[in-house]
Amino acid sequence: MSFTSLVSGPASLLALSTATLATMLVTCPVAAGPASSAAVGDRSEAPTVAIVGARLETVSHGVIDAGTLVLARGRIAALGRNATAPSGARVIDGRGLTVTPGLFAASSNLMVAEVNLLTPTRDDGSGENLSAGFDVQYGINPASIGVPVARLSGVTHAAITPLVGRISIGEHDGDEAALQGGGEGGEFQPALFAGQAAIVRLAHGDVRPLIRARSAVALDLGEAGADNAGGSRGAELVLVRAALADARHLAANRAAFDRGEGRAYGLPRIDLEALVPVVQGRTPLLIRASRASDIRQALSLAREEKVRIILEGAEEGWLAAREIADARVPVLLDPQADLPRAFESLGARLDNAARLQSAGVLIAIKGGRNFNSLRPMRLNAGVAVAYGLTHDQALAAITLNPARIWGLDGRIGSLEVGKDADVVVWNGDPLENLSDPVALFIGGVEQPMSSRRTQLRDRYLKPEDGLPPAYH
Amino acid sequence: MRANTLLRLALSLGFVLVCGCAAAPPAPDVAADKSGGAGNGDAAAKSKVEVALPRVLEPQLNQDPYPSSYRPLPRRRTAIVGATVLTGTGRQIENGVLVMDEGKVVVVGDASTPVPADAQRIDAQGRWVTPGLIDVHSHLGVYPSPGVSSRQDGNEMTDPNTAGVWAEHSVWPQDPAFQRARAGGVTTLQVLPGSANLFGGRSVTLKNVPAVTARAMKFPGAPYSLKMACGENPKRVYGGKGRLPSTPMGNVFAYRKAWLDASEYAHKWAVYRAKLANGEKADPPKRDLTLDTLAGVRAGEILIQNHCYRADEMAMMIDIAREFDLRIAAFHHANEAYKIGPLLAQQGICSAIWAERSGTKMEAFDGIGENAALLHRAGACVVIHSDDTDIIQRLNQEAAIALGAGLRAGIDISRAEAIGWITSNAARVLGVADRTGSLEPGKAADVVLWSRDPFSVYALAEQVFIDGALVYDRHDPRYQPRSDFELGQPAGGDFHP
Repeated sequence: MSFTSLVSGPASLLALSTATLATMLVTCPVAAGPASSAAVGDRSEAPTVAIVGARLETVSHGVIDAGTLVLARGRIAALGRNATAPSGARVIDGRGLTVTPGLFAASSNLMVAEVNLLTPTRDDGSGENLSAGFDVQYGINPASIGVPVARLSGVTHAAITPLVGRISIGEHDGDEAALQGGGEGGEFQPALFAGQAAIVRLAHGDVRPLIRARSAVALDLGEAGADNAGGSRGAELVLVRAALADARHLAANRAAFDRGEGRAYGLPRIDLEALVPVVQGRTPLLIRASRASDIRQALSLAREEKVRIILEGAEEGWLAAREIADARVPVLLDPQADLPRAFESLGARLDNAARLQSAGVLIAIKGGRNFNSLRPMRLNAGVAVAYGLTHDQALAAITLNPARIWGLDGRIGSLEVGKDADVVVWNGDPLENLSDPVALFIGGVEQPMSSRRTQLRDRYLKPEDGLPPAYH
Repeated sequence: MRANTLLRLALSLGFVLVCGCAAAPPAPDVAADKSGGAGNGDAAAKSKVEVALPRVLEPQLNQDPYPSSYRPLPRRRTAIVGATVLTGTGRQIENGVLVMDEGKVVVVGDASTPVPADAQRIDAQGRWVTPGLIDVHSHLGVYPSPGVSSRQDGNEMTDPNTAGVWAEHSVWPQDPAFQRARAGGVTTLQVLPGSANLFGGRSVTLKNVPAVTARAMKFPGAPYSLKMACGENPKRVYGGKGRLPSTPMGNVFAYRKAWLDASEYAHKWAVYRAKLANGEKADPPKRDLTLDTLAGVRAGEILIQNHCYRADEMAMMIDIAREFDLRIAAFHHANEAYKIGPLLAQQGICSAIWAERSGTKMEAFDGIGENAALLHRAGACVVIHSDDTDIIQRLNQEAAIALGAGLRAGIDISRAEAIGWITSNAARVLGVADRTGSLEPGKAADVVLWSRDPFSVYALAEQVFIDGALVYDRHDPRYQPRSDFELGQPAGGDFHP
């Protein structure tokens, strides 16, 4: 395919084109202060931009090899082989470049976690007092240094999903993780549900990045869930079903509850209120499950309790692929998961994504949870291709599919006229290791291509001039 | 312990001691009883025997008590023809020929290279060949899958100095992750103790072959390394227990104290051996397993692998190494190595790093994706490592991401150079560069045949050879070994199509 030739060229050419493009495209000063939120929010301020002659990977309507994409008033105004740049538009020569929709991190702690091991910087755990009622939206910090880092890997949107309890867990599984997991938590009995998720947009300078609050209530099944419920799966599912029944009862008997005439509930009202939209089918449960039998329990729960669910993890999903597809339950997964990390994931396989996809399951490919691990989202999509997904399917799994799963596909996730102008311009195949974004637009506004990390890089790239780096 | 008591008793009674020293042949535990007596303590005392220092009490006679029992798997003369070859020595050969025989690389060259008629010929047009990948930082076997509480065996978290423990004694050879790493092209790996302690213990370098015992995986003749850790982990673990160290200054105090102890220990043994050589009487020092390791480092026989993130702390460790005349083989993780590239280059110390993982804790806060490229530009030795059960399966991808960051920053690095980050430079860190890590005549035929450019995200290792033996074949189930643990499980040990 042609995308491979873009990255197999001489390294120096690649570097040259990147540098040239950076000069050509970056209009904001690298060290610019935060833009006003008005500039980000007001679509009419977004300039008209035409990217001409680029490979357009629309995701929804295939690939246009040499097309033009027009962004105006914050939306995609036109695209196609025959689209033309409006007069007065800023024209970007897109030859040799690829344009995709912005990537969507399907489950992360972006903007609610800064340094994993520093508890004061972690706002993705439900803590000691709350269960379903915990709400990540109140901890969102758009000034997180992770936002530009994630954006420079092509991410324009992220779902922030909560975890149960107090959090201080490392991301990797060597001695670091063993140490990081070891010291903290564990003195209290964590609650059943992890709390409520939210969706954010990563526009530079946007002080209100939240685009949807309470987008799901998260729940661990399996080993973690059993532990949360006091030690076994049978305890957990009984408690979960009772909580859903309580939420239903509360919704139907609010007045009585307020008069003090309601019946006793297993969870406080705060938590039950968060479950009311779940039992009413308006908000999905995000269920983390690995073992095939746990996945089937999740499907039964959904069917019998008439709740919508999203599965996360699902390492043994391939063993229940048909059932997941029949239940029309989407799955957020990690295509690198191929180890029996726990007794609940003994069947993990590298073709889980491909098998679920071919069974008709709507899948989204995750990176790691924190911004340090969002770059691997692209790697993971590539790995999924190596193990059986098509390139188009893998790209959809990091753009349109998460947008659909999180109910935002009317606005984002593909290059379609009328959708938000959230697009990434790449210097090669977006899944390849040697490709990078050379420009990003969110809401039609070009994003700065700098982060704290690029500033560190540039400081130490400078030739020695007798002054300490702190002067650079 | 009991033997030592006996020995001291014998010495106090003024018996002549016959000792083995480095050059002497191994001495028996107890010298022959010249009177033909029973040889127990009482009988010996009465019959005036000469008592040798029991062999186990002399460190120099016990440097390798558990030698490798590795045997190469069945192999045949093989030629890989037509591939693009990255040799690990900085060369890229198009349409190359690689011939391996009796476990060694016989020849590597261009299309004109003769192919022996009786060699098994692998037509590799369109594919790529590299040396077997080497991961210098792994915890496979000591933190195995499944990661259950009864198998968290990588950190002897009971004392800040556990230089006397050996990782090989925690390795579970049935860890299913060995199979995955092999399918990712990893032929050699260093399994390290964790970083909870200032001195974590000895690492072990393994050939990534399926085996029933850890000893059967040991890389024959590879030197031992000592895992050291700076920074947050030791002070958190021990400070949290109300013990030293709880600060970096506590860390440094404890390093220096240990190196002083080791210097004194080595000196005592030197004095003892010198006296024996002069025919003088001498009390042997008490053998100490912790100090054996540290003394081995001082003597240059054991390498230092130093977990260290921050530039200032790495510089401090270099100062300590200078004070005690030590050499650090590599800083591991080294998120800030790019800040001191010239120093690391001048010291000849490698940096074993991730492409961009960082930020998970304060000492990792300044990590950047261009770390490898900036070090490379400074002329310092770069190694890409995993410390992870996923990354070890994709070291080539990790190297590619680091390469990409360099290209983005305008640092021109070729694939032929970057492959060294996971092959020849890694072999150098482990002290086995004379045996593996590059495709050169006479080196081990540790080889990976890739489906395409290994820096592509779509590349897969198709065949993996260790010492010339095919140990993994993506398309042939006969060469897809499974751990005992996975038999009868849902996937039965099959982890890919």
